[in-house]
Amino acid sequence: MPAPIRLRELIRTIRTARTQAEEREMIQKECAAIRSSFREEDNTYRCRNVAKLLYMHMLGYPAHFGQLECLKLIASQKFTDKRIGYLGAMLLLDERQDVHLLMTNCIKNDLNHSTQYVQGLSLCTLGCMGSSEMCRDLAGEVEKLLKTSNSYLRKKAALCAVHVIRKVPELMEMFLPATKNLLSEKNHGVLHTSVVLLTEMCERSPDMLSHFRKLVPQLVRILKNLIMSGYSPEHDVSGISDPFLQVRILRLLRILGKGDDDSSEAMNDILAQVATNTETSKNVGNAILYETVLTIMDIKSESGLRVLAINILGRFLLNNDKNIRYVALTSLLKTVQTDHNAVQRHRSTIVDCLKDLDVSIKRRAMELSFALVNGNNIRGMMKELLYFLDSCDPDFKADCASGIFLAAEKYAPSKRWHIDTVMRVLTTAGSYVRDDSVPNLIQLITNSVEMHAYTVQRLYKALLDDISQQPLVQVASWCIGEYGDLLVSGQCEEEEPIQVDALYALRPLIHNYFGGRTIVSDFMSQVSEDEVLDVLEGLLVSNLSTPVTRAYSLTAIMKLSTRFSSVNRIKKVVSIYGSSIDVELQQRAVEYNALFKKYDHMRPALLERMPIMEKTATNGPTDIAQTNGETDSTILDTKHLPSITQPASQANDLLDLLGGNDVVPVIQTTVPTKPASAGGELLDLLGDLSLTGGPTPTPAPSVPMSQPPFLLDGLSSQPIFNDIAAGIPPMTAYNKNGLKIEFTFERSNPSPNIAVITIHATNSTEADMTEFVFQAAVPKTFQLQLLSPSSNVVPALNQGSVTQVIRVLNPQKQQLRMRIKLTYTHKGSPVQDLAEVNNFPPQSWQ
Amino acid sequence: MQFMLLFSRQGKLRLQKWYVPLCDKEKKKITRELVQTVLARKPKMCSFLEWRDLKIVYKRYASLYFCCAIEDQDNELITLEIIHRYVELLDKYFGSVCELDIIFNFEKAYFILDEFLLGGEAQETSKKNVLKAIEQADLLQEDAKEAETPRSVLEEIGLT
Repeated sequence: MPAPIRLRELIRTIRTARTQAEEREMIQKECAAIRSSFREEDNTYRCRNVAKLLYMHMLGYPAHFGQLECLKLIASQKFTDKRIGYLGAMLLLDERQDVHLLMTNCIKNDLNHSTQYVQGLSLCTLGCMGSSEMCRDLAGEVEKLLKTSNSYLRKKAALCAVHVIRKVPELMEMFLPATKNLLSEKNHGVLHTSVVLLTEMCERSPDMLSHFRKLVPQLVRILKNLIMSGYSPEHDVSGISDPFLQVRILRLLRILGKGDDDSSEAMNDILAQVATNTETSKNVGNAILYETVLTIMDIKSESGLRVLAINILGRFLLNNDKNIRYVALTSLLKTVQTDHNAVQRHRSTIVDCLKDLDVSIKRRAMELSFALVNGNNIRGMMKELLYFLDSCDPDFKADCASGIFLAAEKYAPSKRWHIDTVMRVLTTAGSYVRDDSVPNLIQLITNSVEMHAYTVQRLYKALLDDISQQPLVQVASWCIGEYGDLLVSGQCEEEEPIQVDALYALRPLIHNYFGGRTIVSDFMSQVSEDEVLDVLEGLLVSNLSTPVTRAYSLTAIMKLSTRFSSVNRIKKVVSIYGSSIDVELQQRAVEYNALFKKYDHMRPALLERMPIMEKTATNGPTDIAQTNGETDSTILDTKHLPSITQPASQANDLLDLLGGNDVVPVIQTTVPTKPASAGGELLDLLGDLSLTGGPTPTPAPSVPMSQPPFLLDGLSSQPIFNDIAAGIPPMTAYNKNGLKIEFTFERSNPSPNIAVITIHATNSTEADMTEFVFQAAVPKTFQLQLLSPSSNVVPALNQGSVTQVIRVLNPQKQQLRMRIKLTYTHKGSPVQDLAEVNNFPPQSWQ
Repeated sequence: MQFMLLFSRQGKLRLQKWYVPLCDKEKKKITRELVQTVLARKPKMCSFLEWRDLKIVYKRYASLYFCCAIEDQDNELITLEIIHRYVELLDKYFGSVCELDIIFNFEKAYFILDEFLLGGEAQETSKKNVLKAIEQADLLQEDAKEAETPRSVLEEIGLT
């Protein structure tokens, strides 16, 4: 058999291959030759063959048949063989295969070899890929070598020990004695590896950590020597003496000083020294400064030192080198929680980094910017962030949009600003916002009563521009449905100039400033009902609209039937969709159709404006609107609003309130259902929930609700309440000190156990009664649900009334009795009163 | 450090050193993905990127990319220095190293790396000492072989 070709020759040959196929052919040929050579157990050429195999392995070809050969090479006495053998082992073997265990004995022998380079090879291999079994077997040898005086071996043994500890943490104790005088070495290699070993031990075991704390002074001394010593050619890097060792020592100091006052104090000086004396012109110096800053921030350093650290980071931010800027942003992010004010000083630089070309830097800058937003800088920051949102990559947009919403929610200086900002986000990054932002925004809009006209007009215009961004479209159609009348009438109550940023203001169709008023109103007054309906119908048929969006627009169209005059057109649209393929749309259309036909008298009441909704706990701190003046509120479970149950009843034993529930009408109105209360000014719309799919084929949807489900049996699209005039006489429940409370009743047909009582509170005195709260309690056999009152101010001189709806479940048809508690403020002083109501008319409960 | 990869502008792997146990398939997958990601970077971008849960530090020297994967608590800037030190060592050993040197003498590149790093950490911070050790080991190789046959040892085993 001719001698196998040499490695270099093989490499040369393979590189001449012009195609992948040609290369594959050559490789296969050579592999076959190598395989037969292995079979012949040829010692002379084994080394050459394995080397060639390793080359082919690097190109990506399988080389597993060489594994055993590597072992044979390792076992050989020749140094060359061992060198290639160990290399092969590190490349081809891994601890998942049992083959590697065969190495153990060889390694053990080689660890005790007479030649230090052989020992070195075995230490290296063990330290790179030793499995836990191997480590267990050979830890003793490693420990022995850790104590040797040969620094070449000692440093390798230290790192090998690190690997052993990582693989088999229980063995850590074993190396403890050997660490005794590791730091007294002069050799930098040993020092460096010893520090690594100590770091590893301290990170893994708190006991070790406390044990090694006593080394702090020694470490400080070594570091000092490194800085103060003159030029040392052997370890110098750009004028700095052994930066690798310096960084490692700083890292160990960080771990030792964390949470410990004494150690932290001992290192204060040296840290200050390093921070001020290190050359910053090259990367090396900055690497050391970076590590120093990390250490200063982590230990219990004095405030002066911390400020020094943040300033270093600030300087980094201005550095031309991108890497330095990146590192600065990362560190600032870590420290922004603890040293917020110091970081704020560098805010403008951070915001500039948003414009950087580098993706990693942009992301860091964005995260940091959000962390720095506060009430004072919100306007300026938001401008920058919105600009960023416009121009950033799609990967960022979702996170950025969410961040903006959160920040706006927390710090919005005015409702108008908040709405403008959210609208801006929806129009620029609308497709990337999270789904739950739609209900949040709708809630926000509803609550800003004075902004309704302005908002709906802007949304309408945005819709005209672009209907592809679903969240925007959904919010817009909801608003148009609710406030379509304001849209068509062209009113705009907004007087102040809109604070939009200049770029945005230049967009066509948007605002000009005309003596402080916007031209919006002039433009919008040309919108006709037909145009609005055109837009909404367009949404229904567009391919861009998702089923959810279609549902929104259908409901919006329906709502407009009470606000617009072109009812016939709406009727037509609705009836068309009665046969839609989409079950959800079909269901709604059929119900709305029914509204037009059989229940037309209910329609106005059903489709009235939404009342103010309570804010729920979303992501940020929100105020829970106190409607009853009580802090408890149970919000009906919906997919979007998490329920807050805080039964903080101010109830004492006398009052037995079942919740004092405020029913929150949830944003996505699908089937509007509702008890129309008697002539009251405020109609409580029990909007419901449900949504997105799960359509039931029956026309009467049973909406799953979490709280007192029985009370909601009546909630279906069928009318449940009798005509008011059906005959239960009203009664006066309370009349004292000028405050008169009247009860009017309704009872439902399908569920005669439910009585709905509407209270009307009037005030005949000359002063208003403010902070009016009405509470009621019933005996245990009944259940009570209190809905939101129309307001909590009872105007003086009977100029108006406060109405509130109570629903009582009386399954046992017992005589209705109630205890009521009234609290209000009259002429500056608080008034509280308890009363019993017993004179309920029999028709209300029999 | 978890691993170090050297690859060309065309994406060909020239050296791979793994300090964590992974199967061959996994290594190939990681290599492929990482090479793609790094090669897609524009020249002016910074040397660090986040990839999976690791930090990747890379630097281009002529036609070769040196790419290291470090853990969260490791110092990125000093890793750049480590990469630079390795390049300096190769440069000193080969005399103005270029990619071809590393292609044709890959096993030597590995030997040098193994004298500089062990288990992912630097074992020797002095350039001189690393080079001295390599020199001695090479001599050892030659002596051992010379003792055996009269022919040039390195020639014989095809390692010239």
